[in-house]
Amino acid sequence: MNKNLKVLINGVIKENPIFVLLLGMCPTLATTSSAINGMSMGLATMFVLICSNAVISMLKNVIPDMVRIPAFIVVIATFVTVIEMLMNAYVPALAESLGIFLPLIVVNCIVLGRAEAFAAKNSVVSSIFDGIGMGLGFTLSLTLLGSVRELLGTGTIFSVNIYPEEYGSLLFILAPGAFIVLGYLISIFNNIQSKRQNN
Amino acid sequence: MFLSLSIICLTVAVLLAQVNKLTAEPIAVAKAMKLQNAIGDVVPDFDNNPIEEAYLMPDGRGDSLLVYPAKKGDEIVGYAINSNAAGFGGNIQIMVGFDIEDKVVNYAILQHAETPGLGSKMDVWFNDTTKPSQSIIGRNLAEGALSVTNDGGTVDAITASTITSRAFLDAVNKAYAAYTQSNEDANTGATESEADDENIITEEDEITEEEISNE
Repeated sequence: MNKNLKVLINGVIKENPIFVLLLGMCPTLATTSSAINGMSMGLATMFVLICSNAVISMLKNVIPDMVRIPAFIVVIATFVTVIEMLMNAYVPALAESLGIFLPLIVVNCIVLGRAEAFAAKNSVVSSIFDGIGMGLGFTLSLTLLGSVRELLGTGTIFSVNIYPEEYGSLLFILAPGAFIVLGYLISIFNNIQSKRQNN
Repeated sequence: MFLSLSIICLTVAVLLAQVNKLTAEPIAVAKAMKLQNAIGDVVPDFDNNPIEEAYLMPDGRGDSLLVYPAKKGDEIVGYAINSNAAGFGGNIQIMVGFDIEDKVVNYAILQHAETPGLGSKMDVWFNDTTKPSQSIIGRNLAEGALSVTNDGGTVDAITASTITSRAFLDAVNKAYAAYTQSNEDANTGATESEADDENIITEEDEITEEEISNE
């Protein structure tokens, strides 16, 4: 249990996919124009990560080494398709705002990366914890990035008004703002990490 | 090697087919709901099913638009028209509602890819009735097509989004062209024999069904 907890925290802080590993930048930059979009993208990815990690670690002994990548991709693509259909059916507005990035979770390097680096070598339970940890790290980072961009751009967080919209800078909602905010957040994250290591 | 990969693919295919079967209905319902809500938002109160009675009308520029007639009893109270135009970031699709006196009742944005925070403001910009110079609600298109003030028109364009505004008004004007045709047909159709009417309706129904399934 202790080991699993370590795996979970590892995903959120030490190997945070966004701020430390810098993986999955495409959906990160594109879908975080608001806090809610970032969070839902993160949750969708987390669902796929947990399911694919679990299934792949279950199948790791049956899948021959030579075809492991295609097999992983098939499993991942399945879960992505499932969540896409479910979202289209029950939360169509959200599915629309995530647009093309929802099916593109398939090619998100975090998902395949964790399958290859963790799930294919570890037990089912710790793979699930790794999926939760990595997914949580991804979700929290995307929510934070989305919140900052939404706040600076339109003066709201999760559509709750903080200051009048007219004072917001549109730049942060657009693509350049994504890079700028991400850069600053990474530097802040690194700063905190290195301070902690020095202590 | 091939066997294990084939088994995985087969299992996955079965699973996906099941999920698809489960979600096909909710997805169709959600799509229909969206369309129905958009129609309900843009025309006066009605009690028929405009989606079932939809038909195609030429927009006067070589293309056709879907027209959803809204009726109360047998009386037509307005038309919701699914119109489109090329915007700044891609195709803009809107639903515009007219009453029977050529006036815009309301509109809804069905689909767009305009810049967030600039062009995307069109969903609230043109229906802000507290600002009559930018609102198109209640405007009578019989008095002339709508255009932005930059082009000598009477509608204020969205700040920093003139191209989007032009495209939006273009879509409204196109919808109005289809509207005038529908209105004329409705008036003259009443004097035609019933047999003719039925023929026309079935023909058009086939087209609209195809059109809908294409979407």
